[in-house]
Amino acid sequence: MKRILVGIKRVVDYNVRIRVKPDGSGVVTDGVKMSINPFDEIALEEAIRIKEKGGAEEIVAVTIGPQDTQQQLRTALAMGADRAILVESAAAVEPLDAAHVFLKLAEREQPFLVILGKQAIDDDNNQTGQMLAALWNRPQATFASKIELAGDKASVTREVDAGLETIEVDLPAVVTTDLRLNEPRYVKLPDIMKAKKKPLETLALSAIGVEPRQRVKAVRFEPPPQRQKGVMVKSAQELAEALKKKGLVA
Amino acid sequence: MSKILIVAEHDGATLNPSTAKCVTCANAIAGAEITVVVAAADAKAVAAQAARLQNVTKVLTLESPANEHALAAVLAPQIASIAQAYTHVFGPSTTFGKDLMPRVAALLDTAQISDVMAVESPTRFRRPIYAGNAIVTAEVDAGTRVVATVRTASFEAAGEGGSATIEAAPVPADLPTHTRFVSVSAAKSDRPDLQTAKRVISGGRALGSAENFKILYSLADKLGAAVGASRAAVDAGYAPNDLQVGQTGKIIAPDLYIAVGISGAIQHLTGIKDARTIVAINKDPEAPIFEVADYGLVGDLFTILPELEQLLGK
Repeated sequence: MKRILVGIKRVVDYNVRIRVKPDGSGVVTDGVKMSINPFDEIALEEAIRIKEKGGAEEIVAVTIGPQDTQQQLRTALAMGADRAILVESAAAVEPLDAAHVFLKLAEREQPFLVILGKQAIDDDNNQTGQMLAALWNRPQATFASKIELAGDKASVTREVDAGLETIEVDLPAVVTTDLRLNEPRYVKLPDIMKAKKKPLETLALSAIGVEPRQRVKAVRFEPPPQRQKGVMVKSAQELAEALKKKGLVA
Repeated sequence: MSKILIVAEHDGATLNPSTAKCVTCANAIAGAEITVVVAAADAKAVAAQAARLQNVTKVLTLESPANEHALAAVLAPQIASIAQAYTHVFGPSTTFGKDLMPRVAALLDTAQISDVMAVESPTRFRRPIYAGNAIVTAEVDAGTRVVATVRTASFEAAGEGGSATIEAAPVPADLPTHTRFVSVSAAKSDRPDLQTAKRVISGGRALGSAENFKILYSLADKLGAAVGASRAAVDAGYAPNDLQVGQTGKIIAPDLYIAVGISGAIQHLTGIKDARTIVAINKDPEAPIFEVADYGLVGDLFTILPELEQLLGK
């Protein structure tokens, strides 16, 4: 079956104002709204569009996290994933271990495409897709803004510092999404009801043979240094004079 | 002692300034011995530039026709093959480094520290998370090889005056051919590069059209400034994607940043918080950009910009 694997990470919602705990042990996540990482929503949307155009037959949404992460998987199923896999882990896993989990699932599910978000908006690591591609020994096309499939190849346009780069990769491959790849659809109520009947499998990390290790320890969390509020000027004239005085412009 | 390998970013002819910033980051590790590796089809010109960077003792070249374009899948096994001899492997936190370094880390079976903004010790680094809304101090065990990307906006470029030796390193056989470069569409511009410019003037959605963006270009040329844009302006099609400043675009640290018609979403502020001086021009006095601006001016940008153009510049 022509299958796409999509990664879904549960993160603090995009609109939540992040606060660091006073004791520096982490950021406040209790009672905070959790959502699918926005880049992962884009990944899922792209998979759905490929399937709608006949380019794939099945979409499997995968997450690694605590039981609560089922909520995000149900949302993914409502959006259009066909089935879901929750790899259960109470503690957060590092990108390299997440990549090992996806490798195991890629070996089991034999997808022709794995689409992941380019980064999660919590730890901002931007690593898992590249690491998976390395371990799987397959191509990677990161920061994608356009994916075109043709037979056993894909042409991917990437958002790079110089502009837009296009590469061609042999399938199977790992693609990570950038913001402009697509605009994810809204989930409709009937779809949420239907999603309840879709299969959701829970696997223990040990069952797929990955033993996570903590390689990077978070010693301390701090709020970022704040910029001092400056002065308001009344006219272009006053602004120009201030900038000249500081030697910032001629 | 720390032996640090820095992966050079370049376009085949010129060393990208991000490499000199990685050198400064590496220099923050006491007693660091720094090697820069240049992978290219013809590495001569770039290797010579890297050899002049202060405190770099050795430049290694990986020369192969396969290295004509920077493809992570092709470069990673080459970098990993020489990385065995080093305690640290650094690359810039640009799209080049972000693409390549995690692939190198995975081949070395080690974790990566992304976006290093400060070095506390050879095993301890500070980095932003949650779009810069928190800073975490991350530590790896002593004796672990460290792969990291360096947040270029946090470091000045290393100076010149060095004279490193240049050596060719063996290129592994059987490089992957499953990934092929097709094309790159770079907006050619005579203006300074956004990432390294001393002055940047950025426009937001309030500009209203791609046509109106031209008044920014006109002031930018007067000031010798690079032009940037907010995500809203890029999404609206007023400016190309490579001009986007912010969390998912470019993180910059110019001496002067002028934000025109940009409200100042947190994702945008993340990209400019290291700017020396921030100027905000916006017609909404409540815009969050004024909270971080050193100079704020409330008013209509279509009147203010032409006035500024008259008042400023050579």
